[in-house]
Amino acid sequence: MRLQTNKNNDKNEFSRREFCKNTAVATGGILASSFPLKSMAHVQENKTLKLAVVGCGGRGSGAVVQALSADDNVELVAMADAFKDRIVSSLKGIQEHFSGIKKIHINEKNLYTGFNAYKKAIDKADVVILTTPPGFRPQHFEYAIANDKHVFMEKPLATDAPGIRSVLKTAKIADEKKLNVVVGLQRHYENKYIKIFDKVIKGEIGKIISGQVYWNDDGVWVKKRQSGQSELEYQMRNWYYFNWLCGDHILEQHIHNIDVANWFVGSYPVSAQGMGGRQIRNGIDHGQIFDHHFVEFTYGNGTVISSQCRHQPGTMARVDEVFQGTEGSVVLGKGEIKNLLGDITYSYPTNYWDSDNEPNPYQVEHDMLFQSIREGNVISNTEYGAKSTLTAIMGRMATYTGKIISWEQVLNSKQKLVPDNLDWDSTPPVLPNKKGEYEIPKPGVTIID
Amino acid sequence: MLLSVLCSISFYFSFSNYTQKINGTTNTIEFIAIPGGQFNMGSPKNESNRKEDEGPQKTIEISPFWMSKYETTWDLYHLFMERKIDKIFQSGNYENEVSIEVDVVSRATTPYMEMSFGMGVEGYPAINMTHYAASKFCEWLSAITGNYYRLPTEAEWEYACRAGSQSAYSFGDNSSKLNEYAWYRNNSNGSYKKVGMKKPNPWGLYDMHGNVSEWTLDQYIFNGYEQRKNIVDPFLKASQTYPRTARGGSWKDTPSLLRSASRIASNSKWKKRDPQIPKSKWWHTNAPFIGFRIVRPLKTPSKDKQKMFWEK
Repeated sequence: MRLQTNKNNDKNEFSRREFCKNTAVATGGILASSFPLKSMAHVQENKTLKLAVVGCGGRGSGAVVQALSADDNVELVAMADAFKDRIVSSLKGIQEHFSGIKKIHINEKNLYTGFNAYKKAIDKADVVILTTPPGFRPQHFEYAIANDKHVFMEKPLATDAPGIRSVLKTAKIADEKKLNVVVGLQRHYENKYIKIFDKVIKGEIGKIISGQVYWNDDGVWVKKRQSGQSELEYQMRNWYYFNWLCGDHILEQHIHNIDVANWFVGSYPVSAQGMGGRQIRNGIDHGQIFDHHFVEFTYGNGTVISSQCRHQPGTMARVDEVFQGTEGSVVLGKGEIKNLLGDITYSYPTNYWDSDNEPNPYQVEHDMLFQSIREGNVISNTEYGAKSTLTAIMGRMATYTGKIISWEQVLNSKQKLVPDNLDWDSTPPVLPNKKGEYEIPKPGVTIID
Repeated sequence: MLLSVLCSISFYFSFSNYTQKINGTTNTIEFIAIPGGQFNMGSPKNESNRKEDEGPQKTIEISPFWMSKYETTWDLYHLFMERKIDKIFQSGNYENEVSIEVDVVSRATTPYMEMSFGMGVEGYPAINMTHYAASKFCEWLSAITGNYYRLPTEAEWEYACRAGSQSAYSFGDNSSKLNEYAWYRNNSNGSYKKVGMKKPNPWGLYDMHGNVSEWTLDQYIFNGYEQRKNIVDPFLKASQTYPRTARGGSWKDTPSLLRSASRIASNSKWKKRDPQIPKSKWWHTNAPFIGFRIVRPLKTPSKDKQKMFWEK
């Protein structure tokens, strides 16, 4: 099983040796000795770490606050977003959060807007936060790693398979450069999950044979079309409802639960089949995405995970992961393990809402990132982040087409949703008809290469 | 006191229990008429598990009001979250106490988390809403019904909870009887329960002790009782988001926090896990123990005053 982080020293030693060995093989031993033992970014313990954020929505602003709280010597030096107003409100929120605690000052010149703003912001920093809509993540991640930056990036890591292939390629470079990459799948940083995973891996419920994962709730915000907006600006503002930007909610939200399934089962599915559609959330400002998906993910060992995600107000709400094993079962939401007789054999003592006793996993992500940078260690979350993203894309392909989709099929999929070299004059990759409606996938009709 | 109650009742002939209908839905809200009167607010020094913020006791006078029989359920709160019935004409209301356009009442944002935390929805108390959100629920309900609703003041809440009693709980001092009246740490199995499953207090109000803690209007000040000058319908208007006062204790609390006089101060940590900045003004992410119930004063305040009780 992959580990949470490389905090454990033995593991680091192991990674380093493995890394040197692999490098030696690949390069005939020439480069092996030229790599420093510690991270290539050469960060000294006391150096001020410069922080840039790309994508200044609520989550990006939250991540900035967490980064600035994680380490005493971090300075926010640059911000980038497609829209100026998002930067202004983000900075205001961050300043208000720290009001009376510390002053957040940033040079006006270092606030960058537009589609290429990310480059200028990333150039200024040691550590970057990538929190735009996920369609842009692969190119931002590629640029950050090419320029030797440590990265915190939100899930999901792309909206299409070409994006994931790019992220996996970049991940290798990041590993070679020993750059830290933390991915915002925060259940990996939440005590309850870590503790229960430890019990499951030690065999407390035997071998997992099935499971159910859920993200059923009311759905998210809608940004209505405003007069005077270009089509591209409208889609960028109302990004949740456009697949090239968001990837549908099976990807954007439900990835958390699908990722837990991959984590606990210990591999990635070999195939997926499912169904979905849009029955309730089908208005003019709801773009292209479905309001429900139900997918069966089948793993190589025969384990089947049922995944359901629904955005329909007034229906059963549940966000959870449940697994059945040969010797018991576990419900992650409740933090409870039962044996086959139904007796509770373990119950997580507190819960994540217990604000006095439970660490906030969103904060822990940044605490560990900055500690790792300071100590010259390496955290690498990209591979599981990318492969869980791909799992969700696979589920989406299954519900859109109504066909069985294999892992190889999605990994090699040519469907490219995100255009290269966008600017404000570009035509967006999807356009509405005269009534303002977008093409909705039709199971049995829609074909995805 | 009895005389003044009788006078009130004879003067306000319509002052009795009633059911508020909400047209366009099958939901209703039951209200109990709470007679005006005097009571000793706070706890005596010899009450066991008493905290300093519960004193000094003072005699307080309370004007009559109606209070909802149950804690506000998700069934009702979802109507406010969804706002689908705003345009449905609400006929058959008592008086036109309120005339505001429902459109001007702010809309709650959709939470990113599943806010019942898997503890149940239909018939269960709504939780995790901010004080602001609970107040906006009241404003919205007032706008669609024409009746004036708001959160109770801390004094009204304690008066209604005590229901004439002077003891630690409305049923006496013995916490071993709590199981008959309340959901709390020892019997809740780590979850809230449907409203109205236990015995009511002497005035017919359910779950005043336990199940979920309930928002009141007042700012929490540790020595607030000592500073208090006004003894008629006292209310400490909040000027800061934190701390505000909640009452009654919840499914996760020990018996001492369920006492009639016990005060709970809200805290910014109740939003600790909110990953966004600015953090939601509608939702707490770490407070699945906070809910609310609503009141309607018999004497409707003026328009300006109405607004004051709904503001943040």
